[in-house]
Amino acid sequence: MRVKSNAFLIAVSAVILGLIAGGILMLAIGSNPFEGFFYLFRGGLMNMERVGNTIATAITLMLVGLSVAFAFKTGLFNIGAAGQMLVGGLCATLVAHYVFLPRPFYLLVIILCAFAGGALWGVIPGLLKARFNVHEVVATIMMNWIAYWSVYYFVPAYLKGPSLETESKSIAIEQTLRSPWLTKIFGGGYINLGIFFAIAAVFIIKYVLDKTTLGFELKAVGSNRFCAEYAGIRVNRNVIISMMIAGGLAGLAGMTFYTGYSRNIQIGVMPSMGFDGIAVALLGASNPIGVLLSALFFGMLQSGKGFMNAMTDVPPEIADTIIATIIYFTATSVLFSRFWDSLGKRKKKRLDAKREASAKEAGNA
Amino acid sequence: MSHVIEMLNIRKEFPGIVANDDITLQVEQGEIHAILGENGAGKSTLMSILFGLYHADKGKILVRGKEVHIHSPNDANDLGIGMVHQHFQLVHNFTVTENIILGKEGKFFLDRKGASKKIKALSEKYGLNIDPDMIIEDITVGMQQRVEILKMLYRDAEILIFDEPTAVLTPQEIEDLMQIMRNLVAEGKSVILITHKLNEIKAVADRCTIIRRGQLIGVVDVKSTSASKMASMMVGRPVNFKVDKKPAQVGRVILDLHDLKVLNNKKLVGVKDISLSVKAGEIVGIAGVDGNGQTELIEAITGLRPIEGGTITLDGNDITNADIRKRNEIGIGHIPEDRQKRGLVMSAPLGSNMVIKEYYRPPFSKNGILKQPVIDKHAQDICDAFDVRSGEGILSLAGKLSGGNQQKAIVGREMALEPDLIIAVQPTRGLDVGAIEYIHKRLVEHRDKGKAVLLVSFELDEIFNLSDRIAVMNSGELIDVVETKKTNEEEVGLMMAGVKTKEAAR
Repeated sequence: MRVKSNAFLIAVSAVILGLIAGGILMLAIGSNPFEGFFYLFRGGLMNMERVGNTIATAITLMLVGLSVAFAFKTGLFNIGAAGQMLVGGLCATLVAHYVFLPRPFYLLVIILCAFAGGALWGVIPGLLKARFNVHEVVATIMMNWIAYWSVYYFVPAYLKGPSLETESKSIAIEQTLRSPWLTKIFGGGYINLGIFFAIAAVFIIKYVLDKTTLGFELKAVGSNRFCAEYAGIRVNRNVIISMMIAGGLAGLAGMTFYTGYSRNIQIGVMPSMGFDGIAVALLGASNPIGVLLSALFFGMLQSGKGFMNAMTDVPPEIADTIIATIIYFTATSVLFSRFWDSLGKRKKKRLDAKREASAKEAGNA
Repeated sequence: MSHVIEMLNIRKEFPGIVANDDITLQVEQGEIHAILGENGAGKSTLMSILFGLYHADKGKILVRGKEVHIHSPNDANDLGIGMVHQHFQLVHNFTVTENIILGKEGKFFLDRKGASKKIKALSEKYGLNIDPDMIIEDITVGMQQRVEILKMLYRDAEILIFDEPTAVLTPQEIEDLMQIMRNLVAEGKSVILITHKLNEIKAVADRCTIIRRGQLIGVVDVKSTSASKMASMMVGRPVNFKVDKKPAQVGRVILDLHDLKVLNNKKLVGVKDISLSVKAGEIVGIAGVDGNGQTELIEAITGLRPIEGGTITLDGNDITNADIRKRNEIGIGHIPEDRQKRGLVMSAPLGSNMVIKEYYRPPFSKNGILKQPVIDKHAQDICDAFDVRSGEGILSLAGKLSGGNQQKAIVGREMALEPDLIIAVQPTRGLDVGAIEYIHKRLVEHRDKGKAVLLVSFELDEIFNLSDRIAVMNSGELIDVVETKKTNEEEVGLMMAGVKTKEAAR
């Protein structure tokens, strides 16, 4: 319990300091930071549609963040979420164009296919690591480019749009993850069913990590693989499983992005959210609930920055800078935990002194 | 009587603990002054204050009668205080000379030759026996430590602090180090020796300051004080050095090794065709200097290292090719050599660590779902039975426990498995007298329950205290197996050096 609240304090401190740094930056370029932040947050939250878009952005970030966080728990750095997103998204797009089923079955099929695509892209680096000790950072980056060029080939070959060569044809709205009732509640926008899948994924992953023997093994391997090996846990098998699940989660993120948030897949674009997920996982301290909250926060910044740019002369890159600064502060989180610890100590000292003084007084009386 | 160092009424507090409470230390010019205390008693904190790594909350420090304020190790060096750390601070691909002059290179041009000459002279003066042109990675641990000493002497240190210097040394190297310390004081230096090993203090120290739980217990004259008196002052109760044990009731063969051949990390033969058996109800101790194949042998038995040839049989089951979990299930308990690397997941709570070998099977889980209440109860039972103390009980992270408590937790976990064979590698390394006594007692108890114990230790005392039979290893070979009753330390010491004695009775 104590550890968790500590991580929460650290994250909040990082966010506040990041925002302050962003404010100073706005001042430095001659803008009014209060105005800037006002429009940044307004852009993310001012009406239902905007809120819907914030959530829609957060869905993808949440799943990517979960993917990175899950791999982190096993001591692996999944930097290949972008490629896994592309493959998962491509699989989902193919399903969306060619599979016609009643809605519940359809959703099941598209989820399974997207998960399988991402999992395939994750399990290959996992196997390479387990079998040949190839570092997963190298392997996943390679896989990113393989995915990138595969999309380059697949989209014109099988999903060619009527007008543009550079993107797939649009998916019929009934075949996307968008849902009429959700769209109606939020008055349009990009909001889609992915939000339920993402939240479900958060809780399933949390359950797996906290309550199952699989989670126990994965965490043991991640924290001390030598001890895990000594205890008879099959380290390599867990590396493979961890990368497979992490890849699958990123694949789902690709599905929500390419068949929910957007309705087509472009060639020659590496999805930047695949890397933003690392930030989400860091700020969320690799904790599923932390990932949920930090994805919502980053989602708001992402979807508000355009509005800020339109209403003021603050460039949208400021929002990205804020995100970067927050990550920087999260990475130096040791300083914060020390700060909060010393604050706690000082308070305790003061209380002790007070108690001592009152005891003395009582003695005198 | 002139005090070269005086630390008066030192107090240092860390969150939740008073590490030093009104401690006074007075070191005379030209003496070897030992500081004795259990792990966590506050020895290292006190020395860190003297060396400028921490700042005392209260109290003052006098060097040669003058009050000083030491803010950093550089200040300490300027006052002629040098420290030989437990973990050497050397650049491995540099020569001895280069390491020694590092940070003291002088002007723009390096005067390697001059430095080398000075180092050679120092080495001869104090009997350190170091060639200044050797590369660090080519010399032994004992020599590396002497390089650290030279580093201090090169910087004109007058007061040398040794922090647990013998932890990494072989018996012969320890002997050499003692002689070096004597040479140092003979030349007018003063030595502070931090340790919890009484025999070392008895061997070299003049006076000894004893601290317990951050408080000064007393300063004694080493020659006129018995070891057991010092031990009881350190622990706070009488200590029993000898392990009480009944004669062994030997039963069937539990572990049987036949022509076992194992490669070491350099892909050379580390274990040469060893055949050895351990029976129920006996403790077999493997004696030998560190690095003579013990690690490879144990890793082969436990399944952590593949073998090249031979067979391993456990209680009649051929486990030569079994995986680690299978071996654990058949009945191997393993107290590993490196408790921080292998024994525990430091960042995980104690509770999880206590079931790390059993979490996957009933009653701790069912259908892949952990049963937390059962796990917690089991962990709590181990902590109660083995007196594992921690800040927040089973919720404490393993890394927050003291070394002794970590080791007790591991011993408890392995004993709770009730394995037919317990392999204990250096089970008491770095522990204080109280914890050692406790762990020894538990190992003998395990033997008396009719189970087998295979002990590996680099300390002959421990081997002789516990073992019923002693197997001696040298350069990967099993020199001989002798009965403890029919041998002595001298004979085993010779075998450790590779000399085979025909008359040793089997």
